[in-house]
Amino acid sequence: MSAAPLAGATAATVATEAPPRAPWRLTRLREAALAVAIPVALAVVWHLLTAGKPYSLIPPPAEVWTALVDLAVGGINDDAFSGTLLVHLGASLSRVFGGFALAVILAVPLGLLIGRVPLMRQLLDPTFQILRPVPVTAWLPLAMILFGLGPRSAYFLVFLGAFYPILVNTIFGVRSVEPRLFEAAAMLGCRGSAQFARVVLPAALPSIFTGLRLGLGFAWVVIVVGEMTGVQTGLGAIIMEARQLSRTEIVICGMVVIGIAGFLSDRVVMLIGRRLLAWSPSHG
Amino acid sequence: MAEPSLPILDIRNVAKTFTVQGRTITALKGADLAVRRGEFICLLGASGCGKSTLLRIVAGFEAATSGEALMWGNPIVGPDPSRGMVFQDYGLFPWLTVRDNIGFGPKSRGRPAPEIRDTVARYIDLVGLGAFADAHPHQLSGGMKQRVAIARVLANEAEVVLMDEPFGALDAMTRERLQDELLDLWSRTGLTVLFVTHAIEEAIFLADRVVVMSPSPGRIDAVHTIDLARRRDVSSPAFNDVRRMLSAQLHSHHGRVAA
Repeated sequence: MSAAPLAGATAATVATEAPPRAPWRLTRLREAALAVAIPVALAVVWHLLTAGKPYSLIPPPAEVWTALVDLAVGGINDDAFSGTLLVHLGASLSRVFGGFALAVILAVPLGLLIGRVPLMRQLLDPTFQILRPVPVTAWLPLAMILFGLGPRSAYFLVFLGAFYPILVNTIFGVRSVEPRLFEAAAMLGCRGSAQFARVVLPAALPSIFTGLRLGLGFAWVVIVVGEMTGVQTGLGAIIMEARQLSRTEIVICGMVVIGIAGFLSDRVVMLIGRRLLAWSPSHG
Repeated sequence: MAEPSLPILDIRNVAKTFTVQGRTITALKGADLAVRRGEFICLLGASGCGKSTLLRIVAGFEAATSGEALMWGNPIVGPDPSRGMVFQDYGLFPWLTVRDNIGFGPKSRGRPAPEIRDTVARYIDLVGLGAFADAHPHQLSGGMKQRVAIARVLANEAEVVLMDEPFGALDAMTRERLQDELLDLWSRTGLTVLFVTHAIEEAIFLADRVVVMSPSPGRIDAVHTIDLARRRDVSSPAFNDVRRMLSAQLHSHHGRVAA
């Protein structure tokens, strides 16, 4: 009877203590190696399948790298794309973060209201539920009619992409706040609308941050569609232009840069979230 | 203003009914109780006897269906800092430190920052949490959390402290320590305490008067004044006599609860 649980406990102890604690530097090295293993493997396969084949529609990695260097600093091809990367990256960054900021400014307060005030929920929620499944791509023609050709439509489309994940997660966060906390606040003298800033917002913050990360991710996802609105600059714009010129290596460069920029901006939001949510056992 | 005989809390013929899926349930019926300032009252009864409902009506979280609850002669219409609540599940704000949880009430009432700082420091010391002032609730034990919850209510100048099985989730040792600490605080501050429990011994150990309640429908059966000298010895024959008497009274309803 008593042997079985004892054996179990021993096994558990062994399992948690068995791997000798590697030095911190080594752990980080191992993590980095694991993270790049698959990208490196994909690049190798890509190289083997495309290098030295003149009729390949996909350029080999070395050619993409050369194009990327030319796109960044110029001096290799000396064409319309040379040395323009910073301009395009800057344009896309301003649209992604501009549209995202607009989405945060509107979606967070709306989410707090819809989550907390039944009248607002009854009034607004059905409309948003119907609008939400409409793809951003479908909004493109209407956006260009409403906001004209150019960056204003791009901002609008990026905003749309980021808006719903933030709204939905804010509402969810507010609805999951323990009712006890509202009672506690009320008996301490914090009642009515004063609770928004002092209880609702901080209590919903973990969920809001999940929404911010998703929203920023979607902002990058829709940047190519957002820059199909006739803007001249932007990573999405050069991808579409390079596609028409059959410059597939430039298309891939654009994809790589979007991926890296999206990854880095997610990291920034995540780090801010960790600092603000240090109190939460499931964050920080 | 208040005449000396005026009770701090006056519960007059209070009833509460809920409608659940078309059925009306009487949670509390005909409750009468007058509490004098500085009294320690325990509401004792099995689950479903309406003791928590009565406490929540006094807190202002729920309105009585009929009858009225008065504080200093004025009807209770909603939650108010003068009646602080200590919940069994603590209800601390997890994003605030111990210091800021205790300062929440004074800050909500717009007290000046230096005053809040002094008040918070005083009550952190009072409940012995000086070393944990900057910790967050998830870093504290259950007993420490409940100390914060009590300090939070006291720092807000509550006259009445309402406690809903506050020590029910704690282990026996911690519970006994907190009972002693609570009595110590109570005797030093002149607070009025309304304390809900289902533990007979806890009620006898703490209360000036024990209000015995019974279920279906929830109501007040009897009110017993506990005359034992403090600090009460739970193993003394006199304590045991009271325990036996209350136990018999509570168990006389069990047949009906089971049915």
